[in-house]
Amino acid sequence: MINKLCTETFGLKNPDSLKTYMDKQGYQAWKNIIIEQTPKSKIIEKIKESGLRGKGGAGFLTGLKWSFIPLLDGQKYLVCNSDESEPGTCKDRDILRYNPHSIIEGMLIASYAIGASVAYNYLRGEFIDEQWKVFNHALSEAYNAKLIGKNILSSNITIDIHALIGAGAYIVGEETAMLESIEGKRGMPRIKPPFPAIKGLYGKPTIINNTETLASIPKIMLNKPGWYKSLGVNDTEGMKIFSMSGHVNNPGNFEIALGTPFSELLNLAGGMWNGKNIKAVIPGGSSVPVVKGDIMMQVNMDYDSISEAGSMLGSGGVIVMDESTCMVSVLQRISRFYYSESCGQCTPCREGTGWLYKILTHIILGKGTQNDLHQLERIATQIEGHCICALGDAAAMPVRSFLKNFWSEFEYYVDKKESMVS
Amino acid sequence: MNPEFIINEELGKLISNVVKKFPSDKKRSAVIESLLILQHHNNGYVTKNIIKALSDYLSVSEIDIYEVATFYTMINIDPVGRNVISVCNNISCMLRGSDEILSHIEDKLKIKVGESTKDNKFYLKDEIECLAACNGGPMMQVNHKNYENLTLEKVDEILESVNDK
Repeated sequence: MINKLCTETFGLKNPDSLKTYMDKQGYQAWKNIIIEQTPKSKIIEKIKESGLRGKGGAGFLTGLKWSFIPLLDGQKYLVCNSDESEPGTCKDRDILRYNPHSIIEGMLIASYAIGASVAYNYLRGEFIDEQWKVFNHALSEAYNAKLIGKNILSSNITIDIHALIGAGAYIVGEETAMLESIEGKRGMPRIKPPFPAIKGLYGKPTIINNTETLASIPKIMLNKPGWYKSLGVNDTEGMKIFSMSGHVNNPGNFEIALGTPFSELLNLAGGMWNGKNIKAVIPGGSSVPVVKGDIMMQVNMDYDSISEAGSMLGSGGVIVMDESTCMVSVLQRISRFYYSESCGQCTPCREGTGWLYKILTHIILGKGTQNDLHQLERIATQIEGHCICALGDAAAMPVRSFLKNFWSEFEYYVDKKESMVS
Repeated sequence: MNPEFIINEELGKLISNVVKKFPSDKKRSAVIESLLILQHHNNGYVTKNIIKALSDYLSVSEIDIYEVATFYTMINIDPVGRNVISVCNNISCMLRGSDEILSHIEDKLKIKVGESTKDNKFYLKDEIECLAACNGGPMMQVNHKNYENLTLEKVDEILESVNDK
């Protein structure tokens, strides 16, 4: 494919090395900025104009987010969110190990644009073997080449980048929980407002962007205005990596134009595993509503099209399920996750996620009743919108959508005390 | 009473490198990575004495460190087996057969999730949620190294090849 942003070095020899990245015009955008002393506002304007949206899940416009940073002098921070842990999502782990310099260059440009002299890349703890080592090595290469640090390329500009490691907590992917974690505390989300752009890390203005978002920045800066927008197809703009997992022949990460039909993406992943029929798809990580397979086959992979199908593009973690899948078991597994990962701060989430998991387990054990199904709906409704962060909603949305789309299968389970498919 | 834990020169050097990443008055930020360093040094778990030593070293209260140690699932506060096995069994891996992999390991090692083997060679870690290798499912980590696209045979080979530390 011609238009690779974050995946350009994937598959090359020594993909993570500075040399490989430089051969692909790496750090050229950064050098241009340093040489031209590009005004910060011009960079923010270009990112705004590109239409780049956050690729961690929320899809917020990146340039707009940057523009919230106060123009006043004083310490500011940039944080790269590499705490990838939304089930179904495994794109950032590949950028970290195969194209780490694109993240570093993106972090440098973002730091410069918002006026941050210090930036942190927070990697999830479980990346400590491979990604942590590769990223730290890339950092030291970039330091040695004077692309980061004090007096970058003799310019008087100072930006330090540090890698940080987590220790196992999904909730830290929530941006304010991440700030708490960097401050050395439990990862409990903060009440917003104030938003991090005003009061973030150590109380200073802070921008938090996803790994893939930042890795997309260098190419956008290097190209003419309008270039990134033009990459989308079917009336949409830009690119996205989709992690294809579950019942497909060749699970993997695919960086494609937004707006590409789902059916094409499925083909890229080798089609359905063992030639079975498609039953359902979770298109954006486990927290987004499930979509029936036949509907998904008509959907394009972009924000609007997936939204019209009743779900969300989210993190781009696409989980494909074939006809042999028991939806009750899948929902129970999803509910266990949110129960286990709730930080416990808000009562609706702490208690509600536990009840969702317990009731679903009860049903799986053949002890469920019709009333339990209504109870699940009631609990989901009471969690949704009643918590500090989105984890509660993330637990509720799958429950509501699984019940809505596969009610008869749940009913069958409580009536017959066994799965409809096994 | 267990003897006091001393942060020796080597550990002190590693921890001070962590401290350097943060503003000089924000040593608390170094707690998480320091705990991982100390845990690695102490057969995979931290003790009250380790927490006390880190508390003195960073000038952060013991309870603040203990709170962090119990919040993050990768920090163990109880002794565990020397080699840590983490089997992902979230949806993507589950769809590719991770439940079978997990029960195979439980049978093979004669332990349940959350337990260590009698000889203390293996710890089958609990609270394992998605490990962000969804397109390599079923997968597991052994001492944080990824093993993907597992089959029962592959699991046997991997576990048998683990050299005891």
